[in-house]
Amino acid sequence: MPQVKLTVNGKPATAEVEARTLLVEMLRENLHLTGTHVGCDTSQCGACVVKIDGKSVKSCTMLAVQANGSEVTTIEGLAAADGTLHPMQEMFREHHGLQCGFCTPGMVMSAIDLVESHPEGLTEQQIREELEGNICRCTGYHNIVKAIAAAWPLMHGRELPQAAE
Amino acid sequence: MNDTTLPHIVKGGIGASPKRVEDRRFLSGRGHYTDDINRPGQTYAVFKRSDVAHGVIRSIDTSAARAMPGVVAIFTGDDIAKAGIGGVPCGWQIHSKDGSPMVEPPHPVLAQGKVRYVGDAVAMVIAETVDQAKDAAEALVIDIDPLPAVSNMIAATAEGAALVHDDAKGNVCFDWHIGDKDAVDAAFAKAHKVATIDLVNNRLVPNPIEPRAAIGDFDQSTGEHTLYTTSQNPHVIRLLMGAFVLQIPEHKLRVVAPDVGGGFGAKIFHYIEEAAVTWAAAQVNRPVKWTCERSESFITDAHGRDHITHAELALAEDGAFLGLRVKTMANLGAYLSTFAPSVPTYLSATLLAGVYTTPAIYSEVKAIFTNTVPVDAYRGAGRPETTFLLERLVDVAAKTMGMDRVAIRRRNFIPADAYPYQTPVALQYDSGNHEATLARCMELADWSGFEARRAESAKRGKLRGIGMSTYLEACGIAPSAVAGALGARAGLYEVANVKVHPTGSVTLYTGTHSHGQGHETTFAQLVADQLGVPFEQVEIVHGDTSKIPFGMGTYGSRSLAVGGSAIVKAVDKIIAKSKKIAAHLMEASVDDIEFKDGKFTVAGTDKSKAFGEIALTAYVPHNYPHEELEPGLDETAFYDPKNFTFPGGCHICEVEVDPDTGVVNLLNFTAVDDIGRVINPMIVHGQVHGGVAQGIGQALLEHAVYDETGQLLSGSLMDYTMPRADNLVNIHVGTESTMCTHNPLGAKGVGEVGAIGSPPAVINAVVDALRDYGVTHIDMPATPQKIWSIINAATPRMAAE
Ligand code: FES
Ligand code: FES
Repeated sequence: MPQVKLTVNGKPATAEVEARTLLVEMLRENLHLTGTHVGCDTSQCGACVVKIDGKSVKSCTMLAVQANGSEVTTIEGLAAADGTLHPMQEMFREHHGLQCGFCTPGMVMSAIDLVESHPEGLTEQQIREELEGNICRCTGYHNIVKAIAAAWPLMHGRELPQAAE
Repeated sequence: MNDTTLPHIVKGGIGASPKRVEDRRFLSGRGHYTDDINRPGQTYAVFKRSDVAHGVIRSIDTSAARAMPGVVAIFTGDDIAKAGIGGVPCGWQIHSKDGSPMVEPPHPVLAQGKVRYVGDAVAMVIAETVDQAKDAAEALVIDIDPLPAVSNMIAATAEGAALVHDDAKGNVCFDWHIGDKDAVDAAFAKAHKVATIDLVNNRLVPNPIEPRAAIGDFDQSTGEHTLYTTSQNPHVIRLLMGAFVLQIPEHKLRVVAPDVGGGFGAKIFHYIEEAAVTWAAAQVNRPVKWTCERSESFITDAHGRDHITHAELALAEDGAFLGLRVKTMANLGAYLSTFAPSVPTYLSATLLAGVYTTPAIYSEVKAIFTNTVPVDAYRGAGRPETTFLLERLVDVAAKTMGMDRVAIRRRNFIPADAYPYQTPVALQYDSGNHEATLARCMELADWSGFEARRAESAKRGKLRGIGMSTYLEACGIAPSAVAGALGARAGLYEVANVKVHPTGSVTLYTGTHSHGQGHETTFAQLVADQLGVPFEQVEIVHGDTSKIPFGMGTYGSRSLAVGGSAIVKAVDKIIAKSKKIAAHLMEASVDDIEFKDGKFTVAGTDKSKAFGEIALTAYVPHNYPHEELEPGLDETAFYDPKNFTFPGGCHICEVEVDPDTGVVNLLNFTAVDDIGRVINPMIVHGQVHGGVAQGIGQALLEHAVYDETGQLLSGSLMDYTMPRADNLVNIHVGTESTMCTHNPLGAKGVGEVGAIGSPPAVINAVVDALRDYGVTHIDMPATPQKIWSIINAATPRMAAE
């Protein structure tokens, strides 16, 4: 069986997996990082989103062997060593952006990439459109959108620019 | 009831919005869902399912599959039959008009003799890994002779239709009615006008984002079975599975429902996979784990809605509603799911008065078997169907009478001073104020400014519409005696066990179950408020039959109204006992002891004891009234509700239709609900947001579609349109509450109001937008294709006019 070597949440991680093993399966089953969830089998729900080399990726859509050598960040790796939550986690909590919590890890990972890749600012409509790949059945997205908008200034260290619409 | 009957407000107590206790673990990836659990020595189960909707099983050859690598065991319907395993039971019995009981065909754990829907489980393969189990399932040689299938109610009730179950003639499970037929006939005889509607309540797939999962575990040394499952009600599963399917007594069966990723009704029911893994674990002497895949959940999780209804409303000259006549066909799918028979009957037809004084109501319901996935409760269960029907019919009535939509509602509202109000369909509403929710919602939604906005849209070539629904629903079900008389085979009380620890911290064990509702926060607020202890010192435990005395779980918006009332009762017992201890310590009479802000005082003196001192005394009883009291501070209460609760309110939706594409653009949604006492406004708003999103999903996007052979066409998240962030808008939420008069909290429940009130508001808005096109009704979902066709069919006529 192929051996896959990753750096996960800053630590080296190795596992023997079948060639057909998905990255999400390796994370959950081999590395016991069960924070990354599986909500579908068609790459639609986004519950499985993790960061690979800085970009958000649906880990159900990638083979573990394809990720060999990459740096992976999962929801477990977001908080600081002293337990301080990442601003996105904190804003989800502050604005009640989660209910059952199942979509939440993928939602938070996608949201972080979304804010990082829009240093110029984000409108509510943009947030809604860019969340296309993440499904939440509980919240109606209202508070998720609010949480993401609230995390932007914390992550960029300045006010969210007013939309130039 | 007014506020003075409730304890004072403490920080983090009733009315405050502390951040949720559960969030830190969910946000750090430390949630503990069923699929996160792995038992030592675990095997994996995969179910081989029928890919035809109806057929006779000729043979199942397992020999090649058994020889595949890693295979531990393979079970078929024959093995289940040989082991004497019962079918999964139905928890509610309905009787037909003629007094005969509903047809109740067995629902075997693995199909026996016949398959009846695409997804029906034919065999269970257990192997060392999931992939090995899947590979072996592919190697099964299954010979099924296809039979003609009935994939919808029209086909199922046609002359000579194939029978799903031989003993259900005409595929009818029951033919039920409620109300006074003669009174309704008399009302129609004197009607000035009659408003009529024919509609379909579209079939939905619940789709909680966590797929179902189940792990069976068997301890050979103790003989104890454990089932870990994605359930909204572990005690109910233990009761149904233990007593009816596997014959395991309760003391040898533990059911654990850990963190559950959304339920919406779909995780109430006892599913065959739960029984299969529990049984198989004892057969193979190893834990057996099954995790559903999404495409598998589409064809195995119980679906929702799927009613066809014809309704008529008799109207007087001034617009008063005189009588209502309703005829409904309800799809049950291929087997009776746990609570299926209650949904189109007692959860539906009993709400036909809505918020109106209609004096005479008669409703008939025929429940039909089809070759489709079983249909059961989905968020709102029966009440969204009735609300959609009523609130659409009221709009049609306004049109029929040439009256304003708001005026006709006001003309027929049950006045606030008429409560308690007895409806003609069994229920007695305790409280409500429909004018108050209507007025507040119209104000928030700027109803009066709408015509100006419509004109502005028209300038841009867009069709703007506004719609409302003024609704009422029944939840917090229900007094056990009443439910029993109506066919429920279980009690519907709730249980709370409050353990005060020696140092004054508290653990609450509740029989309800939280799968997104935030009980760990709301219930802690409730206990903190009552006992005057800090919110952080209260721990909530749910979801494990080995820890919690009993419970009925969470559905029907019952957790606070029923479960919360049990908590209040248990805490009251704690306070009563504590007062006796305090009286002893302060050498006073119990009658003179007052409890406030976490302190016991002797009335009229400055003598006091803190709650923590009493707790310590209860467990270190050196100076203690031993003749009168046992040591310890641990109380359990069962609360059986005295009536249903009746939340309600007004929802207003504003849309803009693009006549070129037929796309409905949602502009505004406002919900003002009367849900009784609010403990945590933040959580309440979240519940409304989520419910409304599901209602909007039903109205505009979602539809489970079967082809005529019984194949589910919308069988994946690629095909079934789940609402996404850009399909929705911000939802304006308000509450305008009257208190429930018969439970100690005054709480009515909030879990379902959003999904119940919203669909008719959306469709009323869409119909309003198309007012110039001669449209009186559009069935859900109002897809661009439907709207575009309406506009296009009407345009030549309009041009000619
Ligand atoms: S599990 Fe990856 S997108 Fe659904
Ligand atoms: S919080 Fe439950 S699916 Fe998003």
